[in-house]
Amino acid sequence: MSGVIVENLSKAFPKEDGDVIWALKDINLEIRDEEFVCLVGPSGCGKTTLLRIIAGLESPTTGRVIVDGNVVTGPDPRRGMVFQEYSLFPWQKVIDNIAFGLEMRGVGKEERRKIGERYLEMVGLSQFRDAYPYELSGGMRQRVAIARALANDPDVLLMDEPFGALDAQTRNRMQGELLSIWEQTKKTILFVTHSVDEAVYLSDRIVVLTPRPGSVREIVEIPWPRPRDRTSIEFADVRRKVLRMIEDTENSR
Amino acid sequence: MKRQKQKQLLGIAALIIAAAIWQFVAEYVVGRSFILPSVTDVAVAFVNLLASGTLLIDIGVSFKHFGIGILAAIFLGVPVGILMGWFRVADSLLDPIIEILRPIPPLAWIPFAIIWFGLTAAAAGFVIFVGAFFPILTATYTAFRSVPKIYVEAGKVLGCDTSFELIRHVALPSAIPSIASGIRISMGVGWMCLVAAEMFGVSRNGLGYQLWHNYYLHQMPEVVVYMLILGFAGLIIDHIFRHYVDQRLLRWHEGEVAS
Repeated sequence: MSGVIVENLSKAFPKEDGDVIWALKDINLEIRDEEFVCLVGPSGCGKTTLLRIIAGLESPTTGRVIVDGNVVTGPDPRRGMVFQEYSLFPWQKVIDNIAFGLEMRGVGKEERRKIGERYLEMVGLSQFRDAYPYELSGGMRQRVAIARALANDPDVLLMDEPFGALDAQTRNRMQGELLSIWEQTKKTILFVTHSVDEAVYLSDRIVVLTPRPGSVREIVEIPWPRPRDRTSIEFADVRRKVLRMIEDTENSR
Repeated sequence: MKRQKQKQLLGIAALIIAAAIWQFVAEYVVGRSFILPSVTDVAVAFVNLLASGTLLIDIGVSFKHFGIGILAAIFLGVPVGILMGWFRVADSLLDPIIEILRPIPPLAWIPFAIIWFGLTAAAAGFVIFVGAFFPILTATYTAFRSVPKIYVEAGKVLGCDTSFELIRHVALPSAIPSIASGIRISMGVGWMCLVAAEMFGVSRNGLGYQLWHNYYLHQMPEVVVYMLILGFAGLIIDHIFRHYVDQRLLRWHEGEVAS
C-alpha cells in the first residue's frame, strides 16, 4: 500500500509587491500503489512544483499530500527523488553515492556496499563502481541517480524530467531500462516530463495540467501492455490527443 | 619529457648565472660584505650555522610557532565559517564583530600577545593565528554560502534530516576545495606573521628572531642565510600542502573544473 493522494492542493508564491502568484490551484489526484503516472503540461504549469511538494521539498499553501497513509511534512527517504539536473555528489565514488542514503540510515559499510552493488548491477554500471561522477556520461549519471534513489527502498519514486538533458537515443534506451527497473522493483512512480512521447511510452495514466495556476485538466488512461510500439497508430493517436490538450490549455489562457 | 628536461636545465643555468652576477657585483662593484654579502660569504655563513646546530633548532622553533598558529586558525576558523555560512542568525551575530577585528593588522596584536602569553611559543603562535584565521574563515564562509542547492536537496531526500547531517555529509565535502585554498592562503600570511612576530621579540628563538639578532650584530651574510631559508621553507610548506591536498582530498575536484 504505497499510493499517493493529493488533496485540494494549492501553492502560491509571494511576489515582490506583496501580491502572490498561484502556481497550483485545487489539485486532486490519486495515484495507486505500483502505478506509473506521468505529469505533463505546458512549461510553467507547475508540474515540477507539484512533484517537489510531494517530495516534501516545498510545502503547499493549502491542502495536503498523503503517502502511504501519512501526511507529507518534509523530505523523507521513503520518497525517492531523481532530479533533472545532475545531482550526484561529485566528491563521492559511484558506489558511495548509491550507498549514501543507507549511510544516513546507519547501515554498516559492508552491508551498504553490498546493497549498493545490487542496484549498480540493476542499472548496468557495475564496472563503474569506483569511478567518480565526472567520469560518467549524462545517461550514466542519471542511471546512478536512479540507483541511488532506489537503494533507499522508497515507497514512491519521484522523477523530475530525469531524461530531459539526454540525447534522443540515450533517452529512448533509458526509458526502456526504467520500465524494466519498475517491473523488477514494483515501485509507484510519479514522473514529470515535457515529452508527450515519453509519457505515452511509459505511463499507466497521464495527468495533463493546465498552466498558471496549474490544475488537473484531464487524466488519460493508457491500458496497453509494455513494451509499447512508438510507431503504432494508436500510439500516435494518443500522442496527438494529449498534445492537442496541452495546446488548448495554452491557448485558452 | 624532453621539454621538461630542457626547462629544468634552463632554470638551473639561470640560477647559476644569477649567482655569478651576484658574486661579481658583491666582490668587485660593492666590495663591502656589510652592504651586500657575496655568494661565498653566505655559503660560509650557512655552513657555520649548520655546524653549530643553531640553524636546525631555529628551524624547529619556527615550525612549532607556525604549527600552533595555523592549527589554531584551522580549528577555530573552519567551525566559525561553517556556523556563519550555514546559519543566518550566527552570521548576523558574528559578522559585526568579525568586521571590526578583521582589518586590524595581525602585527598590531604583538603587544597583547606578549602581555597575554609572555615570551612563549604561544605568543608567536597567537600572532600567526590572527593572520591565518581570517583567510580560513572567509574561505569557509564563502564556500558554505555557495553550496549548490541541488546537493542540499539531494541530501534531504536521501535522509539527511538535521543541519548537522547536511553539513557533515553534503556541505562540508562540497566546500573542501575552497577551504583548502583558504588554508593555503592563510599559510602564506601566517609565514609572514611568523617572521615579524619573532623579529619583534615575541620569541627568543626562531628564524625571524635570528634574522633580526644577526642584523644587530652586523653579520649580514647570516642575515641572508636566514632570508633564503625563510623563503625556501615557505615554498616547501606550500608544496607539501598542495601535493597532499591534490592527491588525497581533491581527486574528484580535478575532473569537475576546467584546467
